[in-house]
Amino acid sequence: MTTSADTPETKVSRFQILRLISRNWLALAAVIFLLLVVACAVFGPWLMGDLIDKPNFRARNMAPFSLSQGWTYVLGADTLGRSLLARLVVGAQNTIGIAFFAVFCSVVIGGMLGLIAGYSRGAAGTMIMRGADIVMSFPSLLLALIVLFSLGPSVTNLILVLAITRVPIYLRTTRAEVLEVRERMFVSAAVALGANHTRILFRHIAPIVLPTLVTIGAIDFATVVLAESSLSFLGLGIQAPEFTWGAMVATGRGYLSTAWWIAFWPGLAILLTTLSLNILSSWWRTYADPQQRWRIELARSKKGIPEKRK
Amino acid sequence: MFAFILRRAGQSLIAVIGLLVLVFFLSRLTGDPAYLYLPLDSSEAQRQAFSETHGFNDPLVVQFGRYLVDLARFDFGDALSRNRPAMEVALEAFPQTLKLAVIAIVLSLCFAVVVGSLAAARPNSLFDKIASTASLAGASAPDFWVAIVAILVFSVGLGLLPTSGTGTALHWIMPIFVLTLRPFGLLVQVVRGTMMGALASPYVKTARAKGVNRSRIVFRHALRNSLLPVITVAGDLAASLVNGAVVVETIFGWPGIGKLMIDAIVRRDFALIQATVLVTAIAIFVLNIAIDLVYARLDPRIRFETR
Amino acid sequence: MTGPHLLEVKDLTVDFLSLGGAFRATSGVSFHVDAGETLVILGESGSGKSVSASAIMGLIDTPPGDICAGSVAYRGRDLSSLSEGERRDLNGRRIAMIFQDPLSHLNPVYTIGWQLEEVFTVHGVASGAEARQRAIEILGRVGIPEPEKRIDQYPHQFSGGQRQRIMIGMAIALRPEILIADEPTTALDVSVQAQILELLKKLQAEDGLAIIMITHDLEVAANMADRVIVMKSGRIVEEGEARAVFENPAHSYTRTLINALPHADDRAPPRPARPAGKPILEVKNIDKFYTLSSGFFAKPARLHAVKNLSFDVAAGETIGIVGESGSGKSTVARVLLGLNEASGGEALFHGRDVLKMDRKQLLAFRRKVQMVFQDPYSSMNPRMTVFDIVSEPWRIHKDILEKTRWRDRVTELLGLVGLNPEHAKRYPHQFSGGQRQRIAIARALACDPELVVCDEAVSALDVSVQVQVIDLLAELRDRLGLAYIFITHDLPIVRHFADRIIVMKSGEIVEHATTEEIFRNPQHAYTRQLINATPKPKWQTAADAA
Repeated sequence: MTTSADTPETKVSRFQILRLISRNWLALAAVIFLLLVVACAVFGPWLMGDLIDKPNFRARNMAPFSLSQGWTYVLGADTLGRSLLARLVVGAQNTIGIAFFAVFCSVVIGGMLGLIAGYSRGAAGTMIMRGADIVMSFPSLLLALIVLFSLGPSVTNLILVLAITRVPIYLRTTRAEVLEVRERMFVSAAVALGANHTRILFRHIAPIVLPTLVTIGAIDFATVVLAESSLSFLGLGIQAPEFTWGAMVATGRGYLSTAWWIAFWPGLAILLTTLSLNILSSWWRTYADPQQRWRIELARSKKGIPEKRK
Repeated sequence: MFAFILRRAGQSLIAVIGLLVLVFFLSRLTGDPAYLYLPLDSSEAQRQAFSETHGFNDPLVVQFGRYLVDLARFDFGDALSRNRPAMEVALEAFPQTLKLAVIAIVLSLCFAVVVGSLAAARPNSLFDKIASTASLAGASAPDFWVAIVAILVFSVGLGLLPTSGTGTALHWIMPIFVLTLRPFGLLVQVVRGTMMGALASPYVKTARAKGVNRSRIVFRHALRNSLLPVITVAGDLAASLVNGAVVVETIFGWPGIGKLMIDAIVRRDFALIQATVLVTAIAIFVLNIAIDLVYARLDPRIRFETR
Repeated sequence: MTGPHLLEVKDLTVDFLSLGGAFRATSGVSFHVDAGETLVILGESGSGKSVSASAIMGLIDTPPGDICAGSVAYRGRDLSSLSEGERRDLNGRRIAMIFQDPLSHLNPVYTIGWQLEEVFTVHGVASGAEARQRAIEILGRVGIPEPEKRIDQYPHQFSGGQRQRIMIGMAIALRPEILIADEPTTALDVSVQAQILELLKKLQAEDGLAIIMITHDLEVAANMADRVIVMKSGRIVEEGEARAVFENPAHSYTRTLINALPHADDRAPPRPARPAGKPILEVKNIDKFYTLSSGFFAKPARLHAVKNLSFDVAAGETIGIVGESGSGKSTVARVLLGLNEASGGEALFHGRDVLKMDRKQLLAFRRKVQMVFQDPYSSMNPRMTVFDIVSEPWRIHKDILEKTRWRDRVTELLGLVGLNPEHAKRYPHQFSGGQRQRIAIARALACDPELVVCDEAVSALDVSVQVQVIDLLAELRDRLGLAYIFITHDLPIVRHFADRIIVMKSGEIVEHATTEEIFRNPQHAYTRQLINATPKPKWQTAADAA
């Protein structure tokens, strides 16, 4: 996903992007859902925090789809009678928050290493790539499990491990892009002008590479959410009393035959969140590719053209 | 071509070695390794004795040397939770995972190529929209949740399939389905993307100018070219298949290497952990070489490097 | 001429669909062609010439284009009335097309034999061993040596000219009646271009082909055309017999195109020699080796890109370095500017060896010697405004100009190259190719250099724009006393611009003389080949032969 110097003459404004998204109902639904999730993550604990603190024994293992205990119990309750809906909303903060910080760390670390690896022509670049190969050649889940096992599962370790297992992806992409940008003529021109390495790297190369990094970060967010959920499900992620959606599924696993909803809703929430992220990133990839963009724009513009002869 | 293979093999080998060194240092850096090897309730005296016998009080360099020698002999010590050599246990569990993984990757590749090609050949059609959304959903679904829902529906609800273990053919259905789902979803996306790119490329224009029909263009001209990046992605997927295997084996009680790793972690059996790490790393290493061979064979620009 | 034309296009109007609405690529275009004649569609980029041809083959739909009006008729039959199967059958059998960049237009994962045989197979003409035999014959016909051996090789194992021959072979395999050639020689060297054009003419004579050739190159057009149509912005502005159009152009646009030809005034004398001053740059015995990566066990091969090169540049002098691809001319520029390391030799700038300078000396050197690059699209950072781009030298060499005076100086420089002060706020993508090159020149002038190296600085521009930029460079030279090293593959364009010309081939200097001597009395066979390879108009060669 490189931006070439001969970008099209018309720069599309933000409004046009929003208009384009709204033409595709799937993408629009994804945007709305994600906004909802982010709202829960930010305001959830503040709005519904008290609802999950107090157990309600009358609602123990209550089935969903009934309003007898109030609207907050519409998704059912867990073994302690706590509203599942409330726990979902509150759990959003940890789930999204951990993923966000992990992605942020990956972007920063991976980006910096990628810049260095791509720009340096000496040993530093090769060594960084070997390190990335090591991390990449091993299943991330197992690597995370081993590291968390040795170092102990705390939230910081969790975020760090999630970040580090994803760093090679950002590193490789950044490096590939730096390698390509480095050969472009305006970099040679800058060298011919007398610019030093720092200036070339940070003034010329980095701004071009940054949008790609951010895009990958957004796409990768979904994968990190899934990874954290798997880790929490297996018991090595977040530890009680804190919880994420993945941990909620783990709790519900033992009650499948009696209270299936405890495990079902949190998993569904994970699915819908990652699906929305993937829909949006797939849409963005088509949009950002100048050769494929017409597929998005085509939908309505046909109406503005005189009748096709046939 | 051989230069290409050798170079890639060398790179992978370094990666495997690096991983083993990493495991070594992880176990030493986090304090007394005896804490990791022995159960939590062992006494201080037991730990001291353990450290002495296993040489954990020797200088780090000496320990590393001994570690390397043991590696070469595939001796990891005994799996304390099972009282058998760790490597033996690991090698027993490995084929179970291999069977699952191979079937999963073959199924997902075949279906993905067909679905992705058809979707790319008729972009924006109903088939394309359904295929794209379904594959996105497959790639987004948390595998542990899908497994649970599948058990809920087919075992608890309908009573059709067994919940765990191996044995009959029925035991294979759900684990393979869950394991195939994510790779299938991802591969359909990749195939669709590369095929759309291939179908838009100049040599397809030439083919159309020659009068070649649509299906030949899709399945002969475009597919061969788009397979190359797909194979690379399939190779990366192999590593994530092991991830999936961990979850699937845990939930379905499948006696593979993923379940073994989780058990080992839960029981704090460090020797077993090391053995499973090594087996998995070597398997992935071999797989990467195989993929590089296939790639080099398929791309004539590598097979016949111009001087 | 009785009966319908072999191919007739009437009132063709094609729209491309994009976000801002429909973009009209061609508007009411009409032309026809008959057996044995060559029609050239001449126009610059964006004129709609390629779209017109693609419409004939039914090839416009990525991004989707609508033929909203007009028709294409083959032997009187409207092509849109045909079924898809019939249309597909026409392609390759009766009407064939070749394209501009043969490497990307050939499928890289199949042998050329497979791709050639495919033409026979899909049209049901032959298969198996017979198809292979016919493919070998085709290869022989288009001039590929040892066809039995090379038929099993892949596209990347051939040279550019050979790949184009293979594409031509695929097109004429079934002896079609019409061949559409879309800029077939644009990416090729001048000498190879001449061979390809000869091949096309030979095939036309043998098979009675009708050729529709699309090009922006007037000389190629004059060399091939019986009739010519000139297109601009999707419309035809002039058409007629080739000689009539070229010698007496009616439309002003045609006149502009023709006057832009470097040797429109072939009879005018080349730039006269001037007395040389003291040399400011003395290049002595430069060598440059490239190490090619190869097999694991084999010794790495070395490419001797530049061999023992020596020349001088005096103050205010313009040296033209002319050579085809692979001659090493661009390598020389990169080595002199310190962008690549030389393997041997020295380059004395005011007596000090550039190749051995330390950081500080190099920085000072870079103020005095600047470069204008080939590709105006990628030689400027797309995220910087024109102001940032032109003022960047002052950010690096902080002692040239104080910051408060930057804005004025940028305005001055933009004015020097013919741009407005408001342009300083815009971004590179908002300008045309010629304007971008002017900005690049302004940037090069920012440090008041003594010597400017232009590495194929006009090659990527349209012909009419090339002349404008060279005129600008000449004007700046007279005004500011600049010296130039002007590197190009196109010998004629430096005829009125350079004082001395160096001709390079395979890394060596084959001839080095004043411009007058080079054009009046070329000594080396290669120089003569370069001068003569420029395509001559068709009617002139016919007249010469008579």
